[in-house]
Formats: sequence, C-alpha cells, structure tokens
Amino acid sequence: MFKHESIETNTGLLIVLTLVAIGIGGLVEIVPLFYIDGTVEEVKTADGKDAVRPYTPLELRGRDIYIKEGCYNCHSQMIRPFRDEALRYGHYSLAAESQYDHPFQWGSKRTGPDLARVGGKYSNGWHVKHLVKPTAVVPTSIMPNYPWLLENKLSFGDIKERMLALKQVGVPYSFTQIEFDANVEKFGEKVAKTLDINKADENLMAQAKKMNTDGDAARITEMEALVAYLQVLGTMIDFKQHDEHEFIQFR
Amino acid sequence: MAERDPITGVETTGHVWDDTLQEFNNPLPRWWLWAFYGTVLFAIVYWTIYPSWPIGKSYLKGVGNTITYTTDAGKEVTTHWNTRALLRVEMESGEAAMAQKAQLKKVAAASYADIAKDAEMQAFVQSFGKGIFGDYCAGCHQTGGVGVIGDYPNLSDDAWLWGGDAVDIENSIKNGRMGTMPAHKGTLSDVEITDIANYVLSLSGESKAVDSASKGKALFEGKGACFACHTKEATGMKALGSANLADQIWTVADVKGLASAEAKLEAVKSVIADGIKREMPAWKTRLDDTQIKVLTAYISSFTAK
Repeated sequence: MFKHESIETNTGLLIVLTLVAIGIGGLVEIVPLFYIDGTVEEVKTADGKDAVRPYTPLELRGRDIYIKEGCYNCHSQMIRPFRDEALRYGHYSLAAESQYDHPFQWGSKRTGPDLARVGGKYSNGWHVKHLVKPTAVVPTSIMPNYPWLLENKLSFGDIKERMLALKQVGVPYSFTQIEFDANVEKFGEKVAKTLDINKADENLMAQAKKMNTDGDAARITEMEALVAYLQVLGTMIDFKQHDEHEFIQFR
Repeated sequence: MAERDPITGVETTGHVWDDTLQEFNNPLPRWWLWAFYGTVLFAIVYWTIYPSWPIGKSYLKGVGNTITYTTDAGKEVTTHWNTRALLRVEMESGEAAMAQKAQLKKVAAASYADIAKDAEMQAFVQSFGKGIFGDYCAGCHQTGGVGVIGDYPNLSDDAWLWGGDAVDIENSIKNGRMGTMPAHKGTLSDVEITDIANYVLSLSGESKAVDSASKGKALFEGKGACFACHTKEATGMKALGSANLADQIWTVADVKGLASAEAKLEAVKSVIADGIKREMPAWKTRLDDTQIKVLTAYISSFTAK
C-alpha cells in the first residue's frame, strides 16, 4: 500500500508515521511501569509507616540548588545492584527512594562519586568546607569551588508554590486538614508536620536555624539548604530492618 | 516506473543529481541482510529467556531461567531471573565474596593482638581496610590518616584525643564523636585569654612571656576552669576528648606551622575565645561490626610501626 516514494515525498505523512513508530516504542517501554504491581517497593518502618517521605521544605530548596548548580552533571544518585557498588556505596537504590523526586536525579555520568547514600557520611562542617573548596579536604579532587553557596541568601518566598506544584504531580504535601490527617496516617505525626504546606516557611526556617552551617543563625543561605538535602540522601530506609528477600520480590 | 541505468542495466530510483549522478536500486548486501535477520532472531530468543514484555499488571518472566537464593531467615527461594537476586547470590556464594567472607570471619574471631601478629590477617586488614578507609574516612582524615590540623585529627601520630587503644578507636568509629569546647570570649577578658594562651604555649616551650603565663596558669586552674576538662596537669581526658596541651602536639591551633610568636599566640587565643565544635559521624548504621573491626586494626597499624 505504502510505497517508499509516497512516504518520502510527503512530509506530513512522514512526520505522522515517524511519530507513530516512536510512539509505539516509547509507550511500550513506559506505560506498563505505571500499571505493573510492584514497580515501586513498599517499604515500611517498624511501626508500619512509610519509610520514604517527601523532602522537607529546606531539603526541597536544597534539591533545587543541587539542580541549579548542575551537580547531576557529574554525580549520579543510583547505586546499581552490583557487588562492587554494594561494597563502595552501600545498598542498591530502590525505586521507592526516588518516588517523590520530580525529576529524579539518577543521572548517568559519574565524574564524581555516586551520591545516592551520601547522607550522614560526612559532618555538616565537612560539607561546608568541601563545597566551598573541595581540595581543602580532598587534595586530589577536581570538583569546582562553590563559595557563593555560603554568601547567597536562600530565597524561599515561593516555597509554598513549589510544594503546591509538586503536590499537583502526586507528592503528598498536605494543604487541607484532611490531607494532613492522611499524612499522619501514612508517615506519622512528626513527618506529617514537615509536609504541611501552610507551615512551610516556619518549618524551613526552623530547620535552617538548627543546621546553621555559616555560624549566623539569623541568616539562611543556599549552603544550609544544599547540605540539608545532601544529608538526607539515602538515609530514609534502615536496611538492617529488612530482609533482602523483600526487595528481590519486587523484581 | 522502474528506470534502468543504460550502461550497467541496474534499476535506478529515478533520482538524478548534477545531470548524471544517479541512485541505483541495488539489493541489500547478502551478509548485511542475514546479520539483520540474525539480530531479529536473537531478540526473540532474548525475550523468551529473560524478563521482557509487559502484560497487564505483570510481564513475561523468562522461560527456564531462574535463580535460587537464601533469605535472611534461611529459607530457599527460587525466582525468575533478575539482577537483585543475582546480586544476592553473588554476595552469598560468589567466589570473591566467599574468599572475602572467610577472611572477615577469621578477623572477626581474632583478638586485635592476634590480628597484628598474623601476617595473613594483617595483609587482609591492610588491603580491605584501605578500601573502607578510603571510602569512609579519608574524606576527612586524609590518605594515611594524617588529618587536617584544626579540623580533622591526625590518626597517624601517637596522640589520641579519645584514646588510641583498639577498644577506644572502635568506639569512636561506631558511635561517632562530638568534640566541643565552649567559647570563652563571653566569660574571659582579652587579657585573660592572652594569659591562658601564653600558659598553654609555655607548656610546649612556645612562649617566653613568663609573667603572663604564670597568670594564665592561675586562670587555667581557677576562673577559666580549663582544668575541668584538660586536668590540672593539662594532659587532657580521653573520656571528654579534651586535648593533651603539654605534649607539643597541636590538633586545633596550627602552632607548629606558624612562624612568628604573635601568630602562634593569636591562633591559640582564637581557640580559647571561639571554642571548638567538631563532629565525627557514627558509623554503626553504615558499617557492620566486622568492617569496623578491620578498620580499627587498619587505623591501629598507622601507629604500630
């Protein structure tokens, strides 16, 4: 029916057929992942709450800075299920761990090390020194300096809008009392409070004040946000509480 | 429709450029065509053996391709091929993992004294320990544990803030440390801080201001309450991680690295005035007991020479 010539000499038809061909390939790969049971693992804490939670407002802004500064260009956040990676980085990444990431930061290029489990590995003070001048703590590092993180005041006037936007795509930040109660059920009260959009500003300020990486408690810098984000990466699940078997079943 | 090249007689597509340049409609090379059919066949075999097409809420799991592993609870489970199960099997019974496990078991059962004496265990500690130290410790304590004065303690000298016995090192790694010294600029005047700094420097023969130092000694043992943590002899207490100030080893103010007496005095003064807040993370959630044991033995070997 179709001759090469009739397709190749008819741009409109060529475009339509190209889109159909790519569309089939894309849809077959992507759509089933939304429906297959067990694409995203269910990981519960000992008291039956969800182990993986959305980011707090400060961590969320830290994530934005991570993206803004292009950290993902050199750092992946995806530990693959191989022995060498297990020995170096720890447990392989679960889909559940990036379920609230929009967009995810898996990355594909490791000029620097993987950061999926960097949380808790270094002290806050180390992160500050390292981000300002990496060679101060790792003499052989080729990472650039990011001194402005300590100077730039964190802008978070739009934090509520940012959380609302993520809520639109399914991240369970709460706005109404009903949503808050649902979060208490899902994550426990302590976590639910950090996910309340109405309290975003005070939560952000309280967490930044506690971190106080620049020695000035009144000033909230981009450094505090970024370090808060780095320190939570990969720490939400306590793998000692789980039998490896649980996660294998999800494949 | 089919036009032919008059010279060769080959069918052309009818496209002509620059008067004579034509596109021949030759068949695909035979080898290329068969290679292409081969890849199609390979794909079909691959789909059959490995997990592939999605179907509803599930997917094809691969025919005759299973992995059997043991759960933590000791139950044997057979599952379709997947990389997580593959990793589990490799970590459980892979050749390299088994060899490593045997060594780890030996180290776990041995005492620190035996590990130091046994050449084979020592060799294992040196290679495996170097790996973990590089991943988890060298970021702060630097390669070889030389540390950074002011920030991260030197692990390769004989001075230990929190104790250098294996059990102390193990404890530091497991639970982390919070090294704090309060700031004194609120409670002591600048002159008083200068006096104490001179006293502290004089303990290492670094200060010639005898008068000031003797006033500093009185403050050290009195109003400044420095002795409460550093002891009256200024030798420190490992339970608090307070530094020995009399051993000529400096962990915070870089006295040895500074040339002038003024700079040395300033460095010590700023420590007294501003205090110290250092933190070492706890590793017990990230490293298991045997890894920590290897690491302790490795770090102990820095100073055991």
